[in-house]
Parts: sequence; C-alpha cells; structure tokens
Amino acid sequence: MKEVLSVTELTLRIKFLLESSFETFWVEGEISNLRRPGSGHVYFTLKDEKSQIRAVIFRPALKSIRFDLEDGMKVILRARLNVYEPRGEYQIIADAAEPRGVGALQKAFEQLRARLQEEGLFDPAHKKPIPFLPRTIGVVTSPSGAVIRDILNITSRRFPSVHILIAPVRVQGVEAPPEIVEAIADLNVHGKADVIILARGGGSLEDLAPFNDERVARAIFGSRIPVISAVGHEIDFTIADFVADLRAPTPSAAAELVVPIRGEIMENLEDLERRMKTCCARLLKSAREETALLRGRLRDPLRIIADLRLKLDDRSGSLAATVAAAIASRKSDLKNMKAHIRLLSPAVKLKEKRFVLENLHKNVVAAFLRILEGLKKRLESEMNVLQSLSPLSVLGRGYSIVRRLPEGEIIKDAAAVAPGDDVAVRLSLGGFRAKVVKIEEG
Amino acid sequence: MAEEKFEEALAKLEEIVRKMESGDLTLDESLKAFEEGVRLSRLCAQRIDEAERRVEVLLKTQEGFDVRPFTEKDESDS
Repeated sequence: MKEVLSVTELTLRIKFLLESSFETFWVEGEISNLRRPGSGHVYFTLKDEKSQIRAVIFRPALKSIRFDLEDGMKVILRARLNVYEPRGEYQIIADAAEPRGVGALQKAFEQLRARLQEEGLFDPAHKKPIPFLPRTIGVVTSPSGAVIRDILNITSRRFPSVHILIAPVRVQGVEAPPEIVEAIADLNVHGKADVIILARGGGSLEDLAPFNDERVARAIFGSRIPVISAVGHEIDFTIADFVADLRAPTPSAAAELVVPIRGEIMENLEDLERRMKTCCARLLKSAREETALLRGRLRDPLRIIADLRLKLDDRSGSLAATVAAAIASRKSDLKNMKAHIRLLSPAVKLKEKRFVLENLHKNVVAAFLRILEGLKKRLESEMNVLQSLSPLSVLGRGYSIVRRLPEGEIIKDAAAVAPGDDVAVRLSLGGFRAKVVKIEEG
Repeated sequence: MAEEKFEEALAKLEEIVRKMESGDLTLDESLKAFEEGVRLSRLCAQRIDEAERRVEVLLKTQEGFDVRPFTEKDESDS
C-alpha cells in the first residue's frame, strides 16, 4: 500500500529532518535584497556565486550586531535552519553576524570608530600616562611567535632587570576578543603590572579583526593600568590603537617605548651627580676665595691700629710742643700785662697827676703874677691918661657941668631946659643948685 | 625607602640640579640641595636595579592568580 501523507505531515517530517540535522552553524555569504519591515526584523537573501538562501534576523538579535547590515556586504552568520510550514519554505534564522571581506570589514571598522569616537573613548583626556620605569610589564599576546620574542629581547637588552608578566591569549579568530578582554581584566585584578602591552604581529584586516572588536576596545578603555597597543606593521590603525593610552607602531616599538635604556638612565644619573658636584665645588671655591679675601681685609684693623699709634705718637709730640709754646706765649703775655697793669696802677697815676698838678700850679701862679704885673703897669699908664682926661681936670681949668634935675641929665644945649627948671652945677671944687631964669639962644 | 616613584625622584633631582646650576642658591642651600640630590640619585639607582629580570606567565586558578616562569616550551606551543 502506498503511504499517503498530508501536506502538513510531509512538511512536519521535512521540518523535523532539516532542523534536527542542522543545529547551530556558521555560514558565509553576501547580503542581498535586504528588507526591514515594520516589525523591526531584518529579512534578506544570503547568496554566493551559485546559491542563495532566505535569511532573517529577529529584532532582539540585531542589538548584538555592532554594525549595520547592507546589501552587497559579505558576512558570516551564526544561524540555525527553519522550515516555515505555512509557505513550505525554509530559511536560516541568524542571531550573530560578523563582517567578512575587506569591504564589509572596512565599513564595520569605520562605523565602530565613528561610534566610539562619538562616545569619547578616544578622548585624549582619558589617556593615562605611561610610567617611565615600570616594575612589571603585562603583555597580552600570543605566547608563541615572533611578537613575544621581540618584546622579550628588546626589553632585556634595554633594561635587564624588568619583570614581565605574560597573559597568553589567542590573537586571531572568533575566540580572540573574549580572551583579550579577560586577560586585560585579569592583569587589572592581579594588580602587579604598571603597564600593559597588547600586541600582535601584522596581518590582513580580517586577521586584525579582534583588535577592531568593540569588546576589546571597551576593555582597553576600562583598564586602570595604562595600555599600549602594538598591533600590525606600522601602517594600519586598529580600534585598539585609537583607544589605547599609547599606540606603538609595532610590538618592538612598544618594547622600546615602555622601558628606558638602563645605561642611559645610569649615565643621566651620573651626569646629574657630576653637575651637582661641580656646582658645589664651584661654590666652595668661591666661598674659600671670598673667605681668604675677607681674612685679608680682617688684618687691616691691626695695620690701622699701628698707623694710629704712629700718628698718635706724632700728634702727642707736637701737642706737647704746642702746649709748651702756648704756655710760654701766655707767660710772656702775662708778664706784659703785669707791667702794663703796674703802669696803670692808681698810685703811679696819682703821683704823675700830682706832679702835673704841681707844675700847673706853678705855671698858673707865675702866669697870674705876670698878668698881675702887666695889669699894674697898664693901670699906671691908664691912670696917667685918665688923669689927663678927667672932667675934673677940665673943671679945674674953669669949666662947669650943668645937669637938669631931677633926671641928672647933662645939659649941652640951652634948648634942653626951660625957665624954672632946677639944675645942678658942678664946679672944679664943689657945686651949687640954681633955677633957670632965662634962655639965651646959642 | 620613601615611596617616591622613580620618575618623580628623577624629576626632583633634575630640578635640584637646575636650581644649583642657576646659581641662585647660597652655599648653605646648595649643600643641602646636594645632599638631597645625592639621596634622590641613589634612590633612582637603587630603583633601577632592585628588580631582577623575571619572565612569567599569569595563570588563573580557583583561588585567584598564580604565576609560573615562561619557558621555551610556551613559545613553541600554539
């Protein structure tokens, strides 16, 4: 008998068969015919050169995909197979996607870079300083290969006594990002490392994908210990380079940046010490010179005292002479004065005056006598003259003098009297009074 | 030993030398600076050589972390 199945039965068998034989798998292809209906799910066709398959990513899963899906983009999808009974169609339901191929990777890289930049993860303000002389260097890299060897060689050459702590990780493939994230976290928790080098050799954009992974970027950003990224061969920048506190173009360069050359430091220290010694020596020398100079000047007071002593001697000699001279001169002055005083003495004066007085007296007496003699002689001659001129002698010759009374006025003119006037007449011997009787004109 | 970081000590030392060379210090100050400078210099030198070279691998254990020496074998393993 032929077994007859209903469509539903058939479909269910197919569904069971397909879905159970394809559990979760990764598939690679190119996106085409991408649609985003209102539901928020994304529908597209994943294809390669020969085949194509329907694909859907439900909205919740989209959140974990950190780049925008576009037509023509090559991706790998983590998916499972699904048979949709109502339509009899099969499709894949993806819940994770990674960019594949240069174009997609480049696009995803740019998108992530822009987003993190926006968020401030590359902000220089967040960059931590790299210690000058780390005690312990944490190295997150693959334990095998040229990278770790270069780092060990260079650090050893530059600074023999540095401690290196390797946190081994895979640096390629899907597992790499979580391992790197964990290694950075471990070193932070462990706490001994002063700086972390995150290193990988160069490679294609796909090889470097873990260093362009957002989780790795956030782990670097979150690290309390400064992180130096050292990925690739100089030309390519990774997201890790942008987030890191310092970017080294190569792992070797990172090793050089992170440890100083011991010899140079020692030389620098020696140079600094030498310079300090030179300074001190110079200061001491000039201090010594200055002291010597001052000591020289300190002797001066002694010389000054000697000079002063000589000067004093000299001065006191001349002082004595001066005093003696002064005394002598004063003595002679005194003597002169005494003589002078003696001259001025009242006794002397008195005697002198007396002498003068006596002389004067003699002179006066003599003069008086002479004057007296003269006067006597003159009197005698005057007397003689007088004798001859006396009216009395005229009267003797018969003249008389008439005076009108009572005035006694001598009458020389007859007009001076009138008859009846009383007159007195003087004669040479005596006189008489008469009365005018008549006037006779002269 | 004082907990001065190497680069701090070195920066201080350089500042001291700069000051001394500027000639602004008295002899007394210079001698004091010199003493401090020598101390810093010795400190730096000591810091440089106090660690010995070790290359170790960080291991996670149930209790926390452990380290073991890094060997040639690690390099050849992939």
